[in-house]
Amino acid sequence: MGLDDKLIGELRALVAPEPVLTAQEDLIPYSFDGTAGLNTMPGCVVFPRSTNAVSALLRWADRNTIAVVTRGSGTGLSGGSVPTPGCMVLCTVKMDRVLEVDRKNLTLMAEVGATTQSISDAAGAAGLFYPPDPGSMKISSIGGNVAENSGGLRGLKYGVTRDYVMGLEVVLAQGEVVWMGSKCVKDVAGFSLKDLFVGSEGTLGVITRVLLKLIPKPKTKKTMLAVFPEMEKAAEAISAIIEAQIIPCTLEFLDQMTIRCVEDYVHIGLPLDGAAVVLMETDGHPAVVAEEAARMEQICRDHGCTSLSVAKDDEEAARLASARRTAFSALARVAPTTILEDVTVPRSELARMVAFIQAVANHYQLKVGIFGHMGDGNLHPTFLTDERNHEEMERVEKALKEIVTETVRLGGTITGEHGVGLAKKPFLKEALGEAQLRVMRELRRALDPKGILNPGKIMDL
Amino acid sequence: MNTGNSAISRLKGLDYSVVQQCMHCGLCLPTCPTYTATKMERHSPRGRISLVRAIADGRMDLTKTFAEEMYFCLGCLACTSACPAGVNYAEIFEVARSSAEESGILKSPKRKLIRWFTVKWLFMDLRRLLFVGKLMRLYQALGLQKLLRGSGVMKLMPARLQELESMTPDIPAKFSAGLIPVITPARGKKRFRVAMLTGCAQDLIFSEINRDTVEVLAQNGCEVYTPHNQSCCGSLHGHNGEWGLAQVLARRNIDQFPPEEFDAIISNAGGCGSHLKHYHQFLADDPAYAKRAALWDSKLKDVHEWLARTGLTPVPARNVMPQKVTYHESCHLAHGQKITVEPRQLLRAIPGLELIELPESNWCCGSAGIYNLTQPEMANALQDRKMKNIQSTGAPIVANGNSGCLLQLINGAKQRNMKIRVVHPVTLLAEAYRRAAV
Repeated sequence: MGLDDKLIGELRALVAPEPVLTAQEDLIPYSFDGTAGLNTMPGCVVFPRSTNAVSALLRWADRNTIAVVTRGSGTGLSGGSVPTPGCMVLCTVKMDRVLEVDRKNLTLMAEVGATTQSISDAAGAAGLFYPPDPGSMKISSIGGNVAENSGGLRGLKYGVTRDYVMGLEVVLAQGEVVWMGSKCVKDVAGFSLKDLFVGSEGTLGVITRVLLKLIPKPKTKKTMLAVFPEMEKAAEAISAIIEAQIIPCTLEFLDQMTIRCVEDYVHIGLPLDGAAVVLMETDGHPAVVAEEAARMEQICRDHGCTSLSVAKDDEEAARLASARRTAFSALARVAPTTILEDVTVPRSELARMVAFIQAVANHYQLKVGIFGHMGDGNLHPTFLTDERNHEEMERVEKALKEIVTETVRLGGTITGEHGVGLAKKPFLKEALGEAQLRVMRELRRALDPKGILNPGKIMDL
Repeated sequence: MNTGNSAISRLKGLDYSVVQQCMHCGLCLPTCPTYTATKMERHSPRGRISLVRAIADGRMDLTKTFAEEMYFCLGCLACTSACPAGVNYAEIFEVARSSAEESGILKSPKRKLIRWFTVKWLFMDLRRLLFVGKLMRLYQALGLQKLLRGSGVMKLMPARLQELESMTPDIPAKFSAGLIPVITPARGKKRFRVAMLTGCAQDLIFSEINRDTVEVLAQNGCEVYTPHNQSCCGSLHGHNGEWGLAQVLARRNIDQFPPEEFDAIISNAGGCGSHLKHYHQFLADDPAYAKRAALWDSKLKDVHEWLARTGLTPVPARNVMPQKVTYHESCHLAHGQKITVEPRQLLRAIPGLELIELPESNWCCGSAGIYNLTQPEMANALQDRKMKNIQSTGAPIVANGNSGCLLQLINGAKQRNMKIRVVHPVTLLAEAYRRAAV
């Protein structure tokens, strides 16, 4: 493996008139994604514009045994699209069209590089709704969302990307183009192969088109912000809401550190006095929304919430949700390196997990901001550190390990929505066990015998 | 004062304090005009920051490609509005450009001549600029421009020169000094004493906007001090890697407008204001000026900002003129100074004026200082995008608070035969006051 001048020449001829980037000034900006502390130089970057072009590139890579790392907008948070040394980065951003909104079947077809925002907008323009809304949705690509099975703020009620994928066009490692799935609500013909590719992080094939399910737009919604004097109280209130069998669209949690950073950026008057803030949104039929909102408010008050405010209109609600989406990036105001966790626990264990994270951070004398999609048990404790401080980074590593172990002990998972990539790879065996990992390896070898697709990600072969 | 001894070491000094703040989440990408047009990370804020960091880390040399990349950036600062982490891109970008200049890697005889003429000669002394302006006016007034354009002689010139000639602005008959007295008394009760910065290009091309600004300020209880022979603010120099010249101009302005003596120092050009508010950044190491520069920064106000803060004198609803207006935001007013609400408030305060929101109102028009001269292709693409958006509103008037943008829009309209009026919001307000006073 390795790209010499001859191979680059072949590649240029193959993709002309599109460029093949090889200069260091062009490659350095592709040596990382949204994950902290991971950085590897690729050998080149290409920008296919069609499925055929992707197919030709994979045939060429297969013939020459060149590693291929597929990348969308590079906003991933587990290192899934960080290059392997000298690889070809296959960047999908120029395949960014929304191809069809089918109002009769309530589906949307898009090219792999279309942004989540453009899909959400296209659905909205047709009076429909595409719920998954990862924090980076303004720029993240739908291909990246599918490959990492991204979640978002609405996972609790509406599920994650997987729940909306009805079909995929995939180019296999040797260049063969395969269509999986259909516009049919019911479809049990053979194995559900599309589901294998959702969350496969570019290790099984290259996704080129995505067929998505759309749903009717909720008629109305109500967004509320509750302030709590203690983090555990907020966590208990959230568990109580679930126990009361209320499934709102959004139940988000932010601790004081996070809320301060976010307010510092958005300046919309977020409450800074409490230890924790819970952002709640219920949507649907007006009568149901009114009832759910009233019940949630009562539960929050019963659990010691000190103040509760209601967004006065859709605009304010959108501002609150959008402010929440910036939480992770905003935490970078405090420290130069932000190590983001993605642990997820059964919702009955939320209060216990939050207390544990606090205790671990105290024990290792680390600064941590905790926020997350509490309604679905998905937490994002974020360590605020400096990657140049090796001693502190070692303590961060130890803290992460303890958090992962406790998560698994509580019946949780090491990653709720960011994927394994490189960041969670060391913990995969502990989380899944040897047998699952072996089956995954066998699947991977069957689909990619030469091991050219995103090698070294998720697990070693 | 040396020009930052080694600008490259300053770039290295930026390292982890500013550069590392970028956690490369990518939220800047969709707001960056050069990334959106090219879809290449190198042409994005986080891509550029990664290159700066690679140099600071010693992983890459300061190469010609890097230097060119820093000049491909518009410096529109849309990324700083989008950045949740609060990365100071403006500083990274200015230091990177000055490092590039100091390295001499972009040197060529033609570039040297152009830079010497504009940045080092023309914009260092307003008298030179006004003299050139008078020559241009003469050229236009004597009908030479018409003659040349009509005769077809222009067609024999290289295409780029033809293009540049067509961009020459109309030079008004009088500059600010001919329109505005040194002291303009407040109308009614005097509430404040303010100084008025007339700018350089602004003074040359849009002296009437300066007069309107002074009029509006007087109408709002300000005694306005507008000395003749003012200097350039130095933004052109700061943005183009001439750190030392930017310092010279900053000191000169502080001397001419002692910040202790005014309630506010008023700028009416978004681009200038954005630079003028950061003199301390340039003079922090100068013991004689650091403190005054900080005071200057705190007194410097954009005219929209100042009027909103002090409370606008209502325009009486007399002789109301119905007009539809759309508003294009200057990058350095919106992103550099975060002033987005105030100009709209000002426009809505004008009786009879209907404000129609412009799609992508805070998207760069391609003017970007001298960017439209140095990177015509990208600048034209952005101008086209902007003009189409303006057209889509159906408004016959577009308001904007920065001279560079105004010029870019005027030229854009001219090239497309669009019959629209391009105007500063303050001019619309001044006209409303005048109508009401009749």
